[in-house]
Amino acid sequence: MKLHVKYFASLRESVGRAGDDVELPCERLSVAELREHLAAQGIEALAETGKLRAAVNQVMAEPETSVGDGDEVAFFPPVTGG
Amino acid sequence: MSISIQTADFDAGRECADLLAGRHDVGAVASFIGVVRGDGGVAAMTLEHYPGMTEKSLAAIAAEARERWPAVAALRVIHRVGRLRVGDQIVFVGVAGGHRGEAFAACEFIMDYLKTRAPFWKKEETEAGVRWVEARDSDDAAAARW
Repeated sequence: MKLHVKYFASLRESVGRAGDDVELPCERLSVAELREHLAAQGIEALAETGKLRAAVNQVMAEPETSVGDGDEVAFFPPVTGG
Repeated sequence: MSISIQTADFDAGRECADLLAGRHDVGAVASFIGVVRGDGGVAAMTLEHYPGMTEKSLAAIAAEARERWPAVAALRVIHRVGRLRVGDQIVFVGVAGGHRGEAFAACEFIMDYLKTRAPFWKKEETEAGVRWVEARDSDDAAAARW
């Protein structure tokens, strides 16, 4: 399956780019598993901090939220708007 | 229910007047304005957001406010993005309702939820350099009250 991954704020700066197109041999996985996979692929900023949040298809997600083909998955630090 | 993400400034008086325009069921308008504070040598900040998700999350927060306080007649949320200086307005929330109770409550609820759920991030500029603002536990506690 193919996913589009996005990074925001300090995470985007640490990764050095705004996103990645990712191809995986499985049909589904969890947000936490995707994060582990990307960290293992060399995106160290995803391994470093436990404080990151995620969204799937632009809705706040949990580590156990399931991700499938064509989904947009974003990782970012806790939000600080307002 | 109207939501805007914009770089431009806003006129809170005009926004409140628009909430009332043509209505006879409104007895109260509560509004909140967030402003760039100059603590700790902050001179300016840049607000980044997640286009698409920002609009969706604010619409969901506004819809939840209307569900919780059905007497809310109209509401308006404006959040600025881009580079803002100390004293600049960042965010406006205006709620019109039949009575002050729902207007005050819904306005505070929207701000508390926005602070913890809408994808905005602040990067502050000081003489020492730039730094990303850290999320506060007190904001999570404020959102958890509702």
